[in-house]
Amino acid sequence: MTRRTLLTGVGLSSAIARTAAQNGRALESARHFRIWDEHCHLGQIPGDTPEQRMTALVRWADRLGIERLLLSQGYDTDLHPTPAGFREENDHVMRAVREFPDRAFGSVYLSPAYPEFSVQEFNRCVRDGPMVSIGELETDRRCSVPEMDVIVECAASMQVPILQHAWLKIGGNEPGESSPYDVVAIARRHPQVQFVCVHTGGDWERGIRIIRDTENVSADIAGSNPTSGFVEMAVRELGPERVIYGSDVGGRSFASQLAKVLGAEIPDTAKDLILGGNLRRLLAPVLRAKGYRT
Amino acid sequence: MIDVNVNLSRWPFRRLRGDEPDFLAAKLRSCGVQQAWAGTFDGVLHKDIASANARLASDCRQYGPGLLVPFGSINPKLPDWQEDVRRCHEQYKMPGIRLHPNYHGYDLTDAAFAELLHLAAARRMIVQLAVRMEDERTQHPLARVPPVDISRLPDLVASEPGVHVVILNYNSLEEPDLAKRATATGRVYFDISMVESVGGVARLASEVSPEHILFGSHYPLFCFESAQLKVREAGMDQAETQSVTRSNALQLLEAMK
Repeated sequence: MTRRTLLTGVGLSSAIARTAAQNGRALESARHFRIWDEHCHLGQIPGDTPEQRMTALVRWADRLGIERLLLSQGYDTDLHPTPAGFREENDHVMRAVREFPDRAFGSVYLSPAYPEFSVQEFNRCVRDGPMVSIGELETDRRCSVPEMDVIVECAASMQVPILQHAWLKIGGNEPGESSPYDVVAIARRHPQVQFVCVHTGGDWERGIRIIRDTENVSADIAGSNPTSGFVEMAVRELGPERVIYGSDVGGRSFASQLAKVLGAEIPDTAKDLILGGNLRRLLAPVLRAKGYRT
Repeated sequence: MIDVNVNLSRWPFRRLRGDEPDFLAAKLRSCGVQQAWAGTFDGVLHKDIASANARLASDCRQYGPGLLVPFGSINPKLPDWQEDVRRCHEQYKMPGIRLHPNYHGYDLTDAAFAELLHLAAARRMIVQLAVRMEDERTQHPLARVPPVDISRLPDLVASEPGVHVVILNYNSLEEPDLAKRATATGRVYFDISMVESVGGVARLASEVSPEHILFGSHYPLFCFESAQLKVREAGMDQAETQSVTRSNALQLLEAMK
């Protein structure tokens, strides 16, 4: 080895060490961000009441510097709820939010399996109630069905986003389970409405490509393993304005999902958007209309 | 901090930011890791596992002296696998080995597994067993590998005195009874890389006691920060945190001397 190559090697090693060290300090910078979590549930959280469960959630959120939670679906993991079940779960969410009005917003749970009921429930919970968005919608009816259109029209009427569950399981999705293809189909029918492709399909390397050309669809990073490279690819292909942090607590931890962003090799300006800026932008019209101060 | 679950070399299905050993070592150091038990991705699919282990030992020496501790891969379905164990122990001075039964095509009822446990115990080597490497729902369509069924493990460990097993990449909260039975042997440990649900590490600590939980990141396939933040989210007291992030691993190494 020549002296020149040895010195070049030393220089490269120093650069690698510096980059890695900057990356290692990512956790410390978490406190600089205003973190809003777009994807939270009350299921699998200890507590007998929504208020108790929310108290537990806030305690965990505080440890990681998370300012706000967007709650949906209540306790139940039943994917075939009746209208009474939807109503009960939405009531759970509204009780939890009422207990912590400065820490949470509610998002209404609806289903294209019950279009008329869904309009009534949207009116009760969002138009006339405290909730600020629709979803996570996750029932046994794919979101591309025509019955979904009335729900989307509700969203358009108040400029609220729709959070739509979507997976791409290599062994096949559940009957009626939406994929990113379904999200793209409904989003293209309603280009004036903002959609969030929840989980980015789980198989994010395919999900990102599927939603890439549909500008009114953002990628939610929640509810999958904290695999390196997810957020970097999403930012590269979609731009940081279309990537949104969410956790999918209580089934997932805040920690593993937050790590996808804090550990990503992207600028802090992009992290700021992903960790809260983009969600605040999507919710801005409804928050303004309802007079919520954030 | 001691991280019991990192990997060197290349993951076959994706380039990773930490898959160069100099970057990996620098990253771990910057995150406060003082020792990392390193396996090799090559050990998952390569048939020439002896060369994979030789590269692992060499890379640990070259890029992470004092930091990276090699854990060679053993595939007991390869001919003369016992020689790989011998080299890991005698030639490379490895304190343990790493197993991937699902990728190597055997289950824990296989006689070769029992023989491997016996050999590891005789050589005082830690056995790391990776239940999975990634979410099976998102695997490559031509490489679908189900997770390892570890339901028989408590009985197997109980019948092999001296063996110590570290289970990697398993959400032990999914089957808390199994985790309790396994840790009741006193010689089974779980890493936290795939422990999920909010506050999951604290819940696991209350299920199986913190003495059997080890800090493992599954870096660089996973973001290192995930394991770090899980510990913060758990809200354990200082003694428990110290146990999980360091002293349990040190005691395990000490027990195998």
